[in-house]
Amino acid sequence: MAEITAPAYRIIPIIPALKPDAMVESKPYVASDKIQEAIGFPGKLADDWQVTHDAVIAKMGELLSKYRSLKVYLDACVHCGACSDKCHYFIGTQDPKNMPVARQDLMRSVYRRYFTLPGKLFPKLVGARDLTKEVLDEWYSYYNQCSECRRCSVFCPYGIDTAEITMAAKEILDSVGYGQKYSNEIIGKVHKIGNNLGLPPPALLDTLEGLEEDVKEDTGIDVRFPLDVKGAEVLLITPSADFFAEPHIDSLIGYAKVFHASGVSWTLSSMASEAGNFGMFIGNYEQLRKIALRVREAALELGVKRIVVGECGHAWRVAYSFWNTLIGVGAGASDPYAIQLQNQLDLRYKQPMHICEFTWDLIERGGLSFDKEANDKHIITFHDSCNVARASRMGDFAGGQFEIPRNIIKACANNFVEMRDGATREQTFCCGGGGGLLTDELLDLRVKGALPRMEALQQVKDSHDVNFMATICAICKAQFTKVLPMYGFDRRVVGGVHQLVSNAIKLGDK
Amino acid sequence: MATIEVSGKSYETDEEGYLINLAEWNKDVADYIAKGENVNMTDNHWEVVNFLREYYDEYQIAPAVRVLTKAIGKRFGAEKGNSQYLYDLFPYGPAKQACKIAGLPKPTGCV
Repeated sequence: MAEITAPAYRIIPIIPALKPDAMVESKPYVASDKIQEAIGFPGKLADDWQVTHDAVIAKMGELLSKYRSLKVYLDACVHCGACSDKCHYFIGTQDPKNMPVARQDLMRSVYRRYFTLPGKLFPKLVGARDLTKEVLDEWYSYYNQCSECRRCSVFCPYGIDTAEITMAAKEILDSVGYGQKYSNEIIGKVHKIGNNLGLPPPALLDTLEGLEEDVKEDTGIDVRFPLDVKGAEVLLITPSADFFAEPHIDSLIGYAKVFHASGVSWTLSSMASEAGNFGMFIGNYEQLRKIALRVREAALELGVKRIVVGECGHAWRVAYSFWNTLIGVGAGASDPYAIQLQNQLDLRYKQPMHICEFTWDLIERGGLSFDKEANDKHIITFHDSCNVARASRMGDFAGGQFEIPRNIIKACANNFVEMRDGATREQTFCCGGGGGLLTDELLDLRVKGALPRMEALQQVKDSHDVNFMATICAICKAQFTKVLPMYGFDRRVVGGVHQLVSNAIKLGDK
Repeated sequence: MATIEVSGKSYETDEEGYLINLAEWNKDVADYIAKGENVNMTDNHWEVVNFLREYYDEYQIAPAVRVLTKAIGKRFGAEKGNSQYLYDLFPYGPAKQACKIAGLPKPTGCV
């Protein structure tokens, strides 16, 4: 593989010159038959193309009848172009098929040919085309260059949700045996071992005991990292990367210190040792639900009263937006176990609650105190993670998901600087690694997709000496750790909000 | 499935060059994989690789980076107990690159 380098910053950040087919060869590894079959998908594409062709069209028909939104999105686009330069992958790769409208049209053209009258009669006049193997390969390539971050949707006058089209494409590809290795292998591990990482319970326990020793050594305080404790008040569901990777683990230490200071009893679960839910990335409702059910099973078994979610972007979307009907955390589901869980949880609290809501609530009530100077070596900015920013909420007011993490940073640190307007909050840029693309063979795409975020970071580095970018997503943390050095930054520039909390929180009587 | 040839014997790997069968691993294979990664194996590298294999034997997973740094620091000297030391040895990241050389599966997920 040629050496991967970062693209140059744009001098004038406008729509870039086009490089047709620049990324046509970019594709993730195809899932093996073993990986596919383990989660109920066909092992590989049928030998007979006609069989695959018919299966794709049938699946598309099924999704169109099931999801009215998909049909609306495929019908409504007028090709106005408002989305075209809003995608970080288009900006970084200059490949016109990474314009959101063009990416959608890869499916829209097939939809028109098989599901609309003008497309059936006069395909050429309405941009309709036959489904061929080449078209399907194109889907595999370009739908795996969308991180489902939904920035384009913010600018669409019709509100077309590109992510939903990408999810539908991935669902169709999986259903005909053309799945992506990274996401599907991970989903298999969740079912088999309990988390995306494949971390078995004894290893988890060993890691947590090690953290207790470390924190004791650092602070002199016995901060606990409880696992599988029945009767605890709070069950914390957090991404397994928090148990393994850096800087993720520093936020885990932060959560533990906050719980310690709050006096609220809490526990992690070895059965539900994963907040992430890649079922959403591949657009598969059954997997989405099956993965989420582990959380319910753990919550019922441990008898907890509250469920709190750690720093994980898409997990918070799933928890905030879907857990109510999927598993009964929040109202809406009607099966007996969901009702049992609804009755078990203490509805005086938000269910589920984000760890940032938990921490901010304590800060507001005077329950936490900080030595802000402990963070003085950091000049901090905040990277809004796409799924938190555009697919969820925190607190009781509009924009709480933007303000609450910032409020926490300002409460525990003295130096905070915003990145430019248009690159944060609801217009935030994706880190470049979301949606199931955080895999090594896509590193070139990931580096290019990080360009607009790196430009915005560079600006505040130049103007304010910013040296720390806080975020609340495991994917963002892993992605930036990898790509920051390619743009000339230290990998440790990225870290978690609760890493900052951990640095400054005052524990015990000290 | 890809294979690599080392000293006349062939070994199965995945697309990225991670060894499929953990039990087949030996020092020659490790050297071969390291070369492909532009890592020149020294005693310091072997200390890490051997620890990874030991940990894997017990827990069926590679240790967290923090667990690794702590263990290396305790065993081989405090000056080695930090993640920068590990990144200097394995520039692509200690978790993935050192695992690959040690013949362990790649850590997956948001890492």
